Order: sequence, then structure tokens, then C-alpha cells
Amino acid sequence: MCGICGCGSPEQKQSHKFVFKREHHHHHDELNTGRLIQLEQDLLSKNNTYAAQNREYFKQHNIFVLNLVSSPGAGKTTLLVETIKALNGQFPIAVIEGDQQTEHDADRIRATGTPALQINTGRACHLEAMGIGQALIELGVKDNSLLAIENVGNLVCPSSFDLGEAHKVVVLSVTEGDDKPLKYSDMFYAADVMLINKTDLLPYVDFDVDRCIRYAKQVNPEIQIICLSSTKGDNFTAWTDWLSEQMQLLS
Amino acid sequence: MHELSLLENVREILEDHAQSQKFKKVSRVTLEIGKLSCIEPEALRFGFDVVMKGSLAEGAELIITDLEGLGHCQQCGKNTIMEALYDPCSHCGRPLTVVQGMEMKIKDLVVI
Repeated sequence: MCGICGCGSPEQKQSHKFVFKREHHHHHDELNTGRLIQLEQDLLSKNNTYAAQNREYFKQHNIFVLNLVSSPGAGKTTLLVETIKALNGQFPIAVIEGDQQTEHDADRIRATGTPALQINTGRACHLEAMGIGQALIELGVKDNSLLAIENVGNLVCPSSFDLGEAHKVVVLSVTEGDDKPLKYSDMFYAADVMLINKTDLLPYVDFDVDRCIRYAKQVNPEIQIICLSSTKGDNFTAWTDWLSEQMQLLS
Repeated sequence: MHELSLLENVREILEDHAQSQKFKKVSRVTLEIGKLSCIEPEALRFGFDVVMKGSLAEGAELIITDLEGLGHCQQCGKNTIMEALYDPCSHCGRPLTVVQGMEMKIKDLVVI
């Protein structure tokens, strides 16, 4: 008997083809020889299991974890370098860098004296939770610390992959369009915090901050927003104060 | 193209179930993809044969069923069909909470 339409059962006398015509897609022969297994399983279930393990580890070791996401060139690495300098050792920091190729970003972080591990994803366009679990062991992240994970520059794919972080932080620079929150709404929906970066360039670009904020809130009314410039330091303390507060909430 | 990674996850899930549910071949895979999830069904179709090649699902038929986006308005309590994550409530214009449409599931398999 067909597990979907019931044809082939004693009650169902009509021809299968006649009843369903085009809507009924399955190959009847296979069902006669095979068996149907209802799974109802999330495609991301494996990643989500690893993410839950990571989250449990972070909780046990009092590690505050941020997953930084953005398009390429929005300034994530510079933001991290300046954050490390501004916090000046208030609490231990470690960084995991995700890029398809090169150690460049990890080198920039290490130059500040902060431990960093580079994950090269090769052809993959995002980090996955299993890779973070392995990196944690290799990097030796300290208890009561901040772990910043800089994801691969990509405003699409990383939105689906939970790494076990406390928050996704989306960085949007003013040299990009102010309508990015609508164009790439999945990411702005998944993020809890949005940093509008490179505000020192606002006089030179056609970027409407209010419109950008309005669009972001349209996708995600709860999103927290900080406008800043990593290189010039404008409003940077709003960001570092937020981080310090979050670290205090941990203990 | 995170669809390829997702398809690799599908393959791993099938391999896990092959052991626990004792089957050797998968002849059909049905996926349920919410319209608000960031998955492109065409990209899944494009990658499916490539990723399943050499696995127990080589040559399997792929069926993708979609699930409509649905949002609930906290203000007026009504539901609205959503085409995009930024769609407001069609009754009062306020932001919606997504209640359906983010799903990406393996719904069922036909196995031999």
C-alpha cells in the first residue's frame, strides 16, 4: 500500500494515476519494494548538536562567546584588534578566525599578544560548530574569558549555523548600502547586535544611518544597535562598555 | 552555496539511520523547506546528485516540499502570510514573530 495516498489498500480501488495525476510525484514501484521512514529531522541537527555541546562547555567555563558576522571588508578584524587594545587586559580574550584561505587575520590578532587560531574553511563559506569544538581544545581558551569568533565574510550562509555563541554580532560598514538589512534579512534576523562601523566615513558616502536602523528593526525589532568607528574611535566606548557589562553578568 | 554543506549533513544523517534502522539503500528523500529559510531549493536540486554520489542514496529521487511563511502579530493577535522576514502584519502594520517558514527538515525517506 502506498504510505502517502493509501492506494493499493483494499478500500482504495481507484487507479492511482487517475486520482492524482500530476500532483502525486512519487514512484510507485519504489514504494512497493521499499519502506517509508518518517524522519522529521532538521537538516542542521548535527551542527545543532555540536553547538549545544559547545554552549554547555562555555557555560561551565564561564566563557562569553560572540560570533561576528558581516560581508567581506566590513572591518571585523580591525574592530577586534581595536577592541583588544581598548579593553587593555580587563579580562582574558581569545579569538578564532574563519577565512577560506590564509593566516593573515590570526596574525593581526596575535600581534596584539592575544591568542588566536585560524580556521581555513577551504571551499566552505561559513564556520560550523564541530570546527569550533576542536579549535577550543587547540587554542586553550581560559575560564572567565571572552571568545570572539570571526566568521567567514559572508552575509548569507553563516546565519544558519549556530556555533554555540551567546550572540551573533553583525557588522555593517557605511561603505555598504543602508538597505543591507532588508537585502540580507536572514542575517539581521539571526543577529542580536548590529554594529554600524566606519562612521567616520559618513560625510563621504551616501549612507542613511536612520534608514538603516529602521530597516534592521523592521526585520528584527529586538536588535541592539551601536554606531562606531574602529579606526577613529568614535563612540567605541559604547561597544567596549557593552562587552564589559556582559562579562560582569557572567560572574 | 551552503546548500552543499546542508546536503552533506543530509548524507550523514542518512548514513546514521542506515545503521540504526537497518537499510542499505535510499530510493527517495523528501525535504521540507520553509519559504523563509535561507535555502534555495534549486541549489539543493543542483547539488543533490553530486553529493549523494557514491553513498547509499546515489540515484535517489529528491522531492522538495515548501512550507509557507507565517507570522504572528503580538499586538493584534492575528496571523499573516509572510513572503519575506521583514513583512509587517497585514492587519495593523506592526512587526511579526515568525511562527512557520524557517524549517529545513528531512521529512521522510523511502528505503530498501
